[in-house]
Amino acid sequence: MSKPKLGIYWCASCGGCEETVVDLAEDILGVVEKVDIVLWPVAMDFKYEDLRAMEDKSIFATLLNGAIRSTEQEEMAHLLRRKSQYLIAYGSCAVTGGIPGLANQFPREQILKYVYEETPSTVNEKKTRPQLKFVESGREVHLPELWNVVRSLDQVVDVDFYVPGCPPTPNITREAVNALLSGKLPPKGSVLCPDKALCDECARKDSKPTNVAFVEFKRPHQQLLDPTKCFLAQGVVCMGPATRSGCGAQCTSGNMPCTGCFGGTSRVRDQGAKILSSLCANIEAKDEAGINKALEGIPDPVGTFYRYGLAKSLLRRRVNLPA
Amino acid sequence: MTKEWKPRIVAFFCNWCTYTAADLAGVSRLKYASNVRVIRLMCSGRVDPQFILEALTRGADGVLIGGCHPFDCHYVEGNYKMLRRYQLLKRLLADMGIEDQRVRLEWISAAEGEKVKRVINEMTQQIQALGPLGFPSKVADWDREMTELEHHVTAAAAGGCACGESEMAAAKPEVAHV
Amino acid sequence: MNSNREELRIGFYVCHCGHNIAATVDCAEVARYVGTLPHVALSREYKYMCSDPGQELIQQDIREHKLNRVVVASCSPLLHEHTFRGATEAGGLNPFYFHMVNIREHNSWVHTDRKEATEKAKALAQAAIERVAHHKALEVKRVKIHADVLVVGGGIAGIHAAMTMANAGKKVYLVEREPTIGGHMAKFDKTFPTLDCAACILTPKMSEVGNHPNITLWTYSEVTKVDGYVGNYKVTVKHKPRYIVEDACVGCMECIDACVYKTPKFEDEFNEGLGKRKPVFIPFPQATPQVVIIDPETCLNLKTGKCKKTCVEACADRMAIDFTQKETFDEIEVGTMIVATGFKTFDAKRVPAYGYGIYPNVYTALEVERLVNASGPTGGEVITRDGRHPKSIGIIHCVGSRDKKTNVWCSRVCCMYSMKLALLLKEHTGAEIYNFYIDIRTPGKGYEEFYNKLLDEGVHFIRGRVGEVTDWAMTPEEEGKLTIRVEDTLAGYVRRIPVDMVVLATGLEPQQDAQDVRRLFNLSCGGEGWFLERHPKLAPVSTFTDGIFIAGGCQGPRDIPDTVAQAGAAAAECLALIDKGYVEQEPNTAFVLAEECSGCKSCIPLCPYTAITFDESSKVAVINEALCKGCGTCVASCPSGSIVQNLFEDDEVFSEIKGVLAYD
Repeated sequence: MSKPKLGIYWCASCGGCEETVVDLAEDILGVVEKVDIVLWPVAMDFKYEDLRAMEDKSIFATLLNGAIRSTEQEEMAHLLRRKSQYLIAYGSCAVTGGIPGLANQFPREQILKYVYEETPSTVNEKKTRPQLKFVESGREVHLPELWNVVRSLDQVVDVDFYVPGCPPTPNITREAVNALLSGKLPPKGSVLCPDKALCDECARKDSKPTNVAFVEFKRPHQQLLDPTKCFLAQGVVCMGPATRSGCGAQCTSGNMPCTGCFGGTSRVRDQGAKILSSLCANIEAKDEAGINKALEGIPDPVGTFYRYGLAKSLLRRRVNLPA
Repeated sequence: MTKEWKPRIVAFFCNWCTYTAADLAGVSRLKYASNVRVIRLMCSGRVDPQFILEALTRGADGVLIGGCHPFDCHYVEGNYKMLRRYQLLKRLLADMGIEDQRVRLEWISAAEGEKVKRVINEMTQQIQALGPLGFPSKVADWDREMTELEHHVTAAAAGGCACGESEMAAAKPEVAHV
Repeated sequence: MNSNREELRIGFYVCHCGHNIAATVDCAEVARYVGTLPHVALSREYKYMCSDPGQELIQQDIREHKLNRVVVASCSPLLHEHTFRGATEAGGLNPFYFHMVNIREHNSWVHTDRKEATEKAKALAQAAIERVAHHKALEVKRVKIHADVLVVGGGIAGIHAAMTMANAGKKVYLVEREPTIGGHMAKFDKTFPTLDCAACILTPKMSEVGNHPNITLWTYSEVTKVDGYVGNYKVTVKHKPRYIVEDACVGCMECIDACVYKTPKFEDEFNEGLGKRKPVFIPFPQATPQVVIIDPETCLNLKTGKCKKTCVEACADRMAIDFTQKETFDEIEVGTMIVATGFKTFDAKRVPAYGYGIYPNVYTALEVERLVNASGPTGGEVITRDGRHPKSIGIIHCVGSRDKKTNVWCSRVCCMYSMKLALLLKEHTGAEIYNFYIDIRTPGKGYEEFYNKLLDEGVHFIRGRVGEVTDWAMTPEEEGKLTIRVEDTLAGYVRRIPVDMVVLATGLEPQQDAQDVRRLFNLSCGGEGWFLERHPKLAPVSTFTDGIFIAGGCQGPRDIPDTVAQAGAAAAECLALIDKGYVEQEPNTAFVLAEECSGCKSCIPLCPYTAITFDESSKVAVINEALCKGCGTCVASCPSGSIVQNLFEDDEVFSEIKGVLAYD
């Protein structure tokens, strides 16, 4: 009996998700034993032609990481959807748009201009921009086109399961792969990690008092962080209460507050709105001036509450940007 | 849609003050713009910011939240909780390009039927001037950039994998990196 | 969701409410449109849904058409939700499978364009159809009613309510902030239109209250905190120090005689400052309780610590005087409350043109009540501040009433009390009496007859709002007098009428601290500051807070008969609740999904009723259903969506949002 075929692909992502697969360490050998990796551009040499040549649904499962924001990524998403029995959105970018999703606050032109002309380290006197096609030695070469909108995978194609995280932790990855291989799968569309918020597994949980009346919010770099006390009790925004657990609370163990990469629970439609609601309701002041004073510590609510989830949030994108 | 656009405003009114005030406006036969659709909640403290975002993304041009005046909340402090959320939500919405006037929080007591009328008329006018937010149609516009490609991939695949290859390479940009 | 198990069958009814709705909303079109929506098994229009046949229709349809959800589009749910839930239940369904759409107060009554109103009705109806699919069967909780009652305010309203309930065998706490009960009525001389003496009818009731075994009377006390909910209120009452041990004082008043101040020297509040009292005093002879009080502002010992304390000597072994007294607090448990905190009279200084506080011979009506009273500061002799016996008196009506510059409302009692004072002043002085009025309002039993009697007695009535009261004489006969300048609107010219004394018929206003009291008891106020009844006609003594009722002048200006009737009504409402023994509570409470809660504790401080606690063994939040009042603040604030509010579940609200926006 032939081994099930596994694909791993990346779109708009940093490569961290690939690292996680490697981080399975010796467990990766177990995985490799059980599957045939038919596509993994970051680690092995595969050609798209090979992929196109495959029968539809011939790949058992594809773990796709990265958001979808270019023609190439979109095309690959469609292609992999066709070729895979199970398409898994792997990592925050594929699940909810991730960090690249923050680009949905800006027009494409502003992003391109900044990246190709204005970053402090850019030297580009001719203001050269990548062209969609050009002719080199008589051959026409094409470059992918950047879309206006960054999307999560399921905003482009049908997704079977979600493995969140930036990146997904090895334990979550292992469990997901095991679930796939054992066939013990939850209903389609499930997120393959616990549905309780992070506080449940955070070592600092007991240190949170029952009355946190915020008078100010601080960002992690603005004060020395107590390594044992709940971040919220220290006035530091922590997304933990609004974020799925399953990561083993690694950030809070490493003395950094949760930034929300696992996304909201299944009972929540908009993770950012929910943490906003919870944090604000617990502010001490009752007058606008006092409330705003406390909120000065959250200068960028979008970046804070939707760091990984903007593309998949209710608002998705700055509404007055060009289509 | 050939129909003339009219602002659509979703309102969340607390049971004890603002909803009652709207009832009073009715009993007093005050006349105001018909653009507001009221959803009754027990307290403005129940207004989950998700509700506001949901209303906007489902096609509301504005959202009005009505609660009891400071010190007057039937549940002691629910209105403050809403006020606190509103302060940050306003900034968040501004960052997302949604005009200030589209989401409004008002304290309207059970006796202020007149204020219900004034606020609704005022807000309707302001939003009329702003024009539609039209979130669903904006999303449709955004997604148009994908449609063409999707059709192509589907067509190519349907035509058979092996022969679709060259066709596709010709029609669509070749992948540059990897 | 329930619909997974059984097919959803929604019955929809749109009510015409006679012409109230049908005149503005095309009900047939609404019914037709809703009939096309998914899961709607039947859609009807009917003239009066709240009528018996309307309710019967619902019940019949539930049975015959196997409906499992019911939506009625009619008036406000605050009016008839209960009715239709009842009909739904009578039809054999759980009452909470019902949802109501407000297309009258929020639609037909406030819009004029039939097309727009119809569209709005469709959108609202669609929201309800979407929502009701998510409804769950809920159980109404019964809460036991504590049988004790608190009455706040010891005026005639509070007295009557307390007596009524005490006589019915209930234990009543009566809290009054002044040193005696009696309120405004105790200051009146006679009462209109019967002219029976106010004290004669009031003071027996006062002493009955003081002696009633079922009444705990706390005077010089105030409610400072109210916790809990209908049936189970916890109330904190502050007792202000009167420097007298109430139980030890026998009311002999020997201490007053013995006070180091030989003569009364300080303004006597009960007599509106027209008389004097000592630092130790009793407000008036029939005060209840019959206990003196020491005013710390004027008592030499309390102010300076240097006094011979002759009062203590006089009190001797009764030892009722205690200069060390401090505020004390009592916490009581009651099931129901009546707020009867009364009114205040308009401050006549706010209309400077009438000269109150400028000319000594300008009086307020309440001052004149004391002046004509046999036990008043002058023993009933009408003598002006400058020592004259007035030969002519002008009574100006509507001071601080029916006036856009002060208060717009009619104070209801001023016409009648002005005429009563006219009669009393005439009796006492034989003076010419002029009434200056805008309209004479006599809508009570025997009131118009009283007016006629005055006309027969030769009291003058001049129709016109007085322009000013002045001491600037234009003619010799105006010298040394106060001249009232008025346009006589019946005669059609401006008149100047010189008088020796002016009486201002000041109107009634909400108490100074009505807003604080309102907040304390979680009441609502109308725009003017009067406490708001739940419904002006159908629930005139109920408030928006269950188990708390209002009576008397705190709700709006009213006379004694109306106040007593209302106090009786409020008492009856309390008795009805107590004797029923329980109240049914709206099951809109919240609960924590224990399996999903992460124990982040964000919700715990948000609950104003401390209904949420952290369970240390399971490490999750827990809501005490008995304490939860169903505001839903914790639900909206739960960052992981792990708290659910019955009747207002997230999905119910989301579907309503979807519904109102689905209809374009």
